[in-house]
Formats: sequence, structure tokens, C-alpha cells
Amino acid sequence: MSDSALHNPPLDRPHRPRPWHNLPFWGLLPTWVLMGFALLVPVVIVAAVSVATRGTHGGFTWDFNLASYRQILFNEGWTGEMEFTPQYLMIIARTFVLAGATTLICLIFAVPVAYFIARQTAGTKAVLIYLVTLPFWVSMILRVYAWMIILGRGGPLPRFLESFGLPPGTSFMFNDFATLTAMVYTYMPLMVLPVFASIEKLDVTLIEAAHDLYANRWTTVRKVILPLTAPGIVSGAILVFVPSLGAVLEPTLMGGGKQMMMGSLIQLQFGGGRNWPFGAAIAMTLMCFVVIFLIFTAHRAARKGDVA
Amino acid sequence: MNEAKAVEVRSVSKSFGTYQALRSVSFDIGANEFFTMLGPSGCGKTTLLRMLAGFETPDSGSIRLHGREVLDLPPHRRRVNTVFQNYALFPHMTLEQNVAFGLENLGWDRARIRARVGEMLERVHMETMARRRPGQLSGGQRQRVALARALAPDPEVLLLDEPLSALDLKLRQAMRDELRKLQRDSGITFVFVTHDQEEALDMSDRIAVLGAGEVQQIGSPTEIYEEPANRFVADFVGETNFFDVEVLETVAGQATVRTPFGLVITAPETGVAGRRRATLSVRPEKVNLGDQAQGVTMQGQVVNKNYMGGYTHYTLDIGGIELRASRRNASREGDAIAAGETVNVGFAPLSARVLAS
Ligand SMILES: Nc1ncnc2c1ncn2[C@@H]1O[C@H](COP(=O)(O)OP(=O)(O)O)[C@@H](O)[C@H]1O
Ligand SMILES: [Mg+2]
Repeated sequence: MSDSALHNPPLDRPHRPRPWHNLPFWGLLPTWVLMGFALLVPVVIVAAVSVATRGTHGGFTWDFNLASYRQILFNEGWTGEMEFTPQYLMIIARTFVLAGATTLICLIFAVPVAYFIARQTAGTKAVLIYLVTLPFWVSMILRVYAWMIILGRGGPLPRFLESFGLPPGTSFMFNDFATLTAMVYTYMPLMVLPVFASIEKLDVTLIEAAHDLYANRWTTVRKVILPLTAPGIVSGAILVFVPSLGAVLEPTLMGGGKQMMMGSLIQLQFGGGRNWPFGAAIAMTLMCFVVIFLIFTAHRAARKGDVA
Repeated sequence: MNEAKAVEVRSVSKSFGTYQALRSVSFDIGANEFFTMLGPSGCGKTTLLRMLAGFETPDSGSIRLHGREVLDLPPHRRRVNTVFQNYALFPHMTLEQNVAFGLENLGWDRARIRARVGEMLERVHMETMARRRPGQLSGGQRQRVALARALAPDPEVLLLDEPLSALDLKLRQAMRDELRKLQRDSGITFVFVTHDQEEALDMSDRIAVLGAGEVQQIGSPTEIYEEPANRFVADFVGETNFFDVEVLETVAGQATVRTPFGLVITAPETGVAGRRRATLSVRPEKVNLGDQAQGVTMQGQVVNKNYMGGYTHYTLDIGGIELRASRRNASREGDAIAAGETVNVGFAPLSARVLAS
């Protein structure tokens, strides 16, 4: 603070606005600049590319064109007639189903884990939380390769199950199960941490009060624990669901790339497909879904906001 | 009146690690009784209360509620409700929903719940705020709602863990009367925990004084105050003067002792028979000064004086021994004794107590 405020009572001097003293604005300027360049500019570029025209040999020209968006739903025939094709819609739907499944599975595993951690002593808690975040210290691609070895032909899991009569040479790789396994594994910490935070904040005497008032375990979970930890669960779900929508590595490496998700589809257009405007159009579509999802959850959170 | 015991605690012990929180605690609580567990903080009051509620299991001993052994019953199967120290109201529910919570879990039908919730909120004067949430209430209001919530299911026993300690002084006083009235009107057995001796003396039918994980004494407020069973109780409940005395003779509950003032007096005793040394306890308000001095009388000099308005506390020096006295200022001139003055000091031996040291 300026020291004049300390020495003079502010009453007798009319306050002159000095805009350069506006700390909230100037102090946050680096953040604004960074946000602008890292977030806004790329989005604007992608949006621009999505309405550009595809070049004949890859690349694109700056001619306004909505063809890329049309291409998501329609296939242009030889004669120029538009034919509805659901292939990309299917990929979008698959993406949502897989991301949703990832979120749900993460939630089912994370809640008991977070609950368990929250009940430990302070020291044990710190260690367990560190262990939860441990995978982040290893490169993601290495971790996915590790899963390819675990699930692949001759890997520990098939070998283990073969000793129980599974036919030899089985592989669990290159399907949705493999994709899901890697996604759940990758995003689990993002679910555990916020759920843990909200469970830890939960006052245990409220749980006791519920039991005291004749609520059994399930009623207590339903009427007290879930409503009070909902903010953490919602944050966790957002943190898992949103990046799951854009997952590339897992479907490509674990799923084998045959069954695509939106992320890998986008990557393909910027890479081998050489159709940047189409890739950008899918990316914009994906972003729209994410924004709608976030607005929806934020709206719900605001409506329940008077709880806390 | 129902003669059955509401609560029977038998030889209950509990250790946390190597720390023994309760040592073979036993007591009974009668139906419709206002029973208080009084003791310094850390003496095991909350632990005992949590055992009655079912949140804590004794290492040994048994607990019966209305004649039924309850150790195998989880908290939600015991007809016992608790008013928690921090109230523990559900922050995401309205007051109505808070009060209805227990009734819903008991499977009451809607109409009955509505009626009961209205009745309970009215009884604690909170009916106009039924739709508010706990976050919007003051401490005293939360307290009332917590009471309404715990009383609504009409429990066999209501447990209260220092429910008044978070309230300010004025409110605490008013809530004492209100609690007492609620207990009389509802006819529910109250088990009240406090470390505040005044609260205990004011509200209880009977008090159990706990100290060091053991029951030190159980009795009516007057018994606890006037006939303390040992030095711990005399010290913890109320103010008192302690003097080391030599026991000359004990006969029929009376001990003849030689006091440090040189006088030999005969006063009621507890647990002194067969001992040579004991403690004499004399409450300050039992000591009379000046022309009011009766019984055992001595000369003392006023070394300090604290005027409290309704009372004045005097510290007297009697031949090198300190004695505290307090005197009610019944008239404006009541406070007439000045510091430094030498006055007559006396107390009736019957109002003193000889205790095991
Ligand atoms: N869960 C627990 N773990 C370890 N020690 C405990 C636990 N609960 C209570 N204690 C100890 O037992 C003693 C009695 O506690 P408590 O019943 O809460 O006392 P009070 O309510 O009379 O203040 C205290 O010394 C406390 O530290
Ligand atoms: Mg306590």
C-alpha cells in the first residue's frame, strides 16, 4: 500500500484516481498477456483455419469456406450432391462415451481411495497423496508403453490369466478396454485430489450426527456425504472428462488407432490427412462441446451455491 | 413414575494406546432424570457420552439402556440422540430438513413429520426461520435447532456434550433455564456433560463428578457441594480453603482434628477413619467476619480485599496462615471492613469438612 495512507487520514484530501495505482489490473498484466498469447491467440488461429479452404497439396488458402464444418456431417459426392454420413458423428459419440466411462470409472475408484486417505493421520496422508501424484513424474508416453507391455501378448496380465486357463497368446491390447484402462490410469489422480480435498473438509461429526439420527450407512452417504462432497466430485469430473475428450495417446497407442476418438482424428488431419481446415473444424466443435459442458456445470454449481 | 433405570454403566474402562481414559466407571441414571457428568477437560466425559451414543466401544464393562445391553447396537439403532458440542447441523439442509432428518430415517409418514417438525421448531422459538439454513443463524439459534433436532424423535435418552460452552454469558444463563424446562416438559432423560460447575449445580437432579478417568462422587448438587467425598471434588466444585490437619479421633462420621491455627475442632468427615493426616476444607462463604463471627473464632488481618459488587472477597492472615472469606453485601454498608484491619474470623465446624488428603 502507499505509505501516504498510513500518515494522513484520507478524509481531508480528495481522492484523485491514479490509474497506474490500480493494482488488480497492472499486477495481473503478465497473466493477461500470457493468457492472451497462450489461450486466445491459438484459439483465434484455429477458428480462422477452420473456415479456410483446403489446398490441393496439403496446406490451405485464406478463402472463407464452411466446407470443413459441412464435412463433419456430409460427404460431398462426385456430382457435388451432399450425402449425410454418420462416420464422424460416430467418432464424436464414441469420444463422449469413452470420456464419460473414464470419468465414471475414475469416480468409482477415487471416492473410496480419497475417503481412505482422508481418514489417515496427517503424516500418512501426505505420503499417500504423494504416491497418488507419483505417476505424473514419469513421462506419459512411457506410462502408456508400460501398459502396452502389461496388457499385450505375453505380458504379465495375460500370462497370469493364462495360468487360470485362458488360451495362450491372448492379448488385451488394441481395443476399447485397453484405451479405457490407460485413460482411467492417466486421469485417476485428477479425480482423487479434488475428491480428497472435499472429503477431508467434511466435518466427521456431521457423519456421526447422521448415524445418531438413525441414518444407516447408505442413507448417510446419500443424504450427507454425497451432497457435501459434491463440489469436489464435480471438479474431479470436469478435470477428468475434459482432457479425456481430447485424448490422443491412449486411443492411438492402446486402442490401435482403428477406433478413433476426436483427439486422434484431429491429429490425423494435421498430420497424415493433410487437411488442416477439417482438423481445425473438429477441434472447434470439440471446444464448443467442452464450453457447453463447463457452462452447464458452472450453472448448476451456482444454483446450489447457497449450500456452502 | 417409571422406576426402571434409563442408563446403567457397569465397570466401563477404556484406553487410548497406553493412556487410560476411563477406569472402571459405574453409575446408574434414573428415567426422567437430569444427570450431569462434571469434570475438568480431558477427564473422559466426552468418551463416556460417545459410548452411550455408540460411537465408542468400551474395552471392558457393559452399558444398558432401559435394561437392554446395547454394546452390540450401532449408533443408528439406539434410541438415543445427541446434541453435539459444535451442534453438527447439516449445512446443506434447511432447519426444517435438519429437524425432519431423524424422523425420516425412522420411517415416519410425511404428515406426521410435518406436524412434529413444526411443533419442535415452535418449542425452541425457531418456527419463523424454518426455511433458513444453519449458516444464517447465530450460535444461540443453532443451539436451539440442534436441540429441536435431537428431541424430535422422542429419544429414550438425550445426550448433551457441553452444549452451552460456545454461547456468550447472558445467553448461557437463559439457555440453562430453557434446557431445564425442556427436560421437565418432555420427560426425557438428559445426560449433560460440562466442565462448568455452576451449570452442573444449577440444572442437575444428580451430578457425577469425574476426575482422572474415575467417578469421584455421585450425588445431588447440594451433596456434591456441601459434602464433597474427597479433596478433588471439594477443589473442583466451588471455591474452598484447604488446611492440612492432624486427625485426633474419628467417631460416627465426625473427625476431631488439630488445625494449623492451633485450635482443635470436630467436623464431618469422609474417608478419614484410620488416617493420621487429613485435609480440612472450609468454603469461603462459610467464614464469617467481624461481629458475625461464630463457631470457631480467631483473629485475622485483612491482607487483600476484592469488591465484586454483590460480594466482597477477603484474604485474611491468621497467624501466618491464609484464609479466604467471602461476604454478601446485604446492605450498602456491607463492605465496611477495610484492608489492614484486624477482625474476628469464625466458621461453624458443621459447615466444614474433613477429607482424606
Ligand atoms: N480417539 C482418541 N484417541 C486418543 N485419545 C483420545 C481419543 N479420544 C479421547 N482421547 C483422550 O482421552 C481423554 C479423555 O477425552 P475426553 O473424553 O474427550 O475428555 P473430556 O470430554 O472430559 O474433555 C483425553 O485425554 C483425550 O486426549
Ligand atoms: Mg469433551
